[in-house]
Amino acid sequence: MSARVIPIATNTFREAVRDRVLYNLVAFAILMAGAAVLVGQISINMERLVVINLGLAAVSLFGVVIAIFIGIGLVSKEIDKRTLYTVLSRPVRRWEFIVGKFLGLSGTLVVNSLCMAAGVYAALIYVSDHHHLLMTDSYVLVALYFIVLQFVMVTALALLFSSFSSPLLSAVFAFCLFLIGSFSEDLRGFAAMSQGLARWVTTAITYVIPNFSALNVISSVAHGEPVAAKLVVANTAYALFYAGMALCGAVLIFERRNLK
Amino acid sequence: MNALEILALEKVFSVGFWRKQPRRALHPLTLSVQEGEVFGFLGPNGAGKTTTLKMLMGLVYPTGGSAKIFGMEIGDPRVKAQIGFLPEQPYFYDYLTAHELLDYYARLSGFAGAAVSGKERKSRIEAMLARVGLTGAGDVQLRKFSKGMLQRVGIAQAILHDPKFVFLDEPMSGLDPIGRREVRDLIEQLKREGKTVFFSTHILSDAETLCDRVAVINKGELRGVGSVAELTRNVQGKIEVAWHGMSVPAALKTLTQECSCAGDMGRAVVTEPQLDAAVDALRRDNLRLISVTPVRSTLEEYFVQQTKSQTPSQSNSQKGAYA
Repeated sequence: MSARVIPIATNTFREAVRDRVLYNLVAFAILMAGAAVLVGQISINMERLVVINLGLAAVSLFGVVIAIFIGIGLVSKEIDKRTLYTVLSRPVRRWEFIVGKFLGLSGTLVVNSLCMAAGVYAALIYVSDHHHLLMTDSYVLVALYFIVLQFVMVTALALLFSSFSSPLLSAVFAFCLFLIGSFSEDLRGFAAMSQGLARWVTTAITYVIPNFSALNVISSVAHGEPVAAKLVVANTAYALFYAGMALCGAVLIFERRNLK
Repeated sequence: MNALEILALEKVFSVGFWRKQPRRALHPLTLSVQEGEVFGFLGPNGAGKTTTLKMLMGLVYPTGGSAKIFGMEIGDPRVKAQIGFLPEQPYFYDYLTAHELLDYYARLSGFAGAAVSGKERKSRIEAMLARVGLTGAGDVQLRKFSKGMLQRVGIAQAILHDPKFVFLDEPMSGLDPIGRREVRDLIEQLKREGKTVFFSTHILSDAETLCDRVAVINKGELRGVGSVAELTRNVQGKIEVAWHGMSVPAALKTLTQECSCAGDMGRAVVTEPQLDAAVDALRRDNLRLISVTPVRSTLEEYFVQQTKSQTPSQSNSQKGAYA
């Protein structure tokens, strides 16, 4: 990796930390503590299910919001504030800047998710009968890994949109794509039932939009079902390929852009 | 040797959303800057100075023409290692301290890993902070800096990696007189070190003091280039004469219409060749001379002439319209 990518990634991480992005962990901690205390009172023998479902859904929601709202500003903020001028007047290539920004925000989300995972496990220990974890609780880590893969894809998409669009439009595009992508399995089902041109169009759309459904195993993990190794490999390859394509698009657009 | 060679560099922007209209920001510009020279790029706001600098820095792509720095095309990554750039009214990452910011730029300039140790980088940064008068402010976040301090940090980042060629866009803009003086001293120091300095400004006194050569640009067109003496050879400056007294000598009135009396003082503005005659007129009337002060420098006169007159392309377009 280029030596210039690392300082850009480090600086992006530092910016997120100093702009108090990780304060969302406080809200998450309160949510998990409240859930752990209340869940025992309102559910019988389903505490683990509720904690895992609620915890991982919150990890996903908090992370996607951070990925979109910081991701859309990664490039546009640097252009608006003209901080980019002093960076690109150095021996820094434009693709190095984009990749550095992407890695910095992805790193922030990984750290954020790990802290949240610790919170989920703490809540699980609290609601367990003898305050210890079960073997099936390790599956939570796989679900968490898939959530991180979603963040990587959303970050790359937010960067792609922010390389040519305004922050507001970029946020709308990225959020809509996340929503549609979360229901992509339903869209595939609809494509299978359609006929003629509608079938072709919906099938094409399902290939273009990100398949976040495949990366959502929260429910099965909450029920203690293991995740197949084949799915882990396939999802990893898919997410990295999709994020890579989105990043290439962002680089291609940004390379041609005049920084007025 | 030429440090910078610009050949017919031009920029046309497309403006508008649906029906894009071309807007020419820079007409084909050709000029060169010698190595070790302090070169002033002068022009009013919107003249095309910043667009030119942005093209040289690779931030904006030219529509036509080319530019070379030390014989290499501006797109060549090797060029960037040899240049430093201070943008107009710079804004930096305000969550960083001055030391962190300079460390970041040092790493981007290749001062990391095996090339330069962390200790060496740190000492270089501290020396640079001292050079721009920010000793002791290294650990303060930039959001707490004044505008003048930010400008100093901006200069520090531009020269941190010891570039051979420094580009400064309006370096004195927004600074108080002391700050301007310090920037002037720094540019002079860079010249003594053999660096080439290219700076844009509309503060003409600074250009007159510092520059070996200047170029005047207006509405995207080059209007003149050369040393201040060459450009102002045919320009006469104006001088204000002040005297003690409540009357204007008749002989002085014939020289200039710009004369008046207020309180117990009289003032008249004359051209350089009229100065002796004006002083003689005051002596003849036994009026006591108080001061003789240049009102406008000759460079300012030249600048005003160039920026007020029509650009060649405007003249051509009007001729076309009348034809």
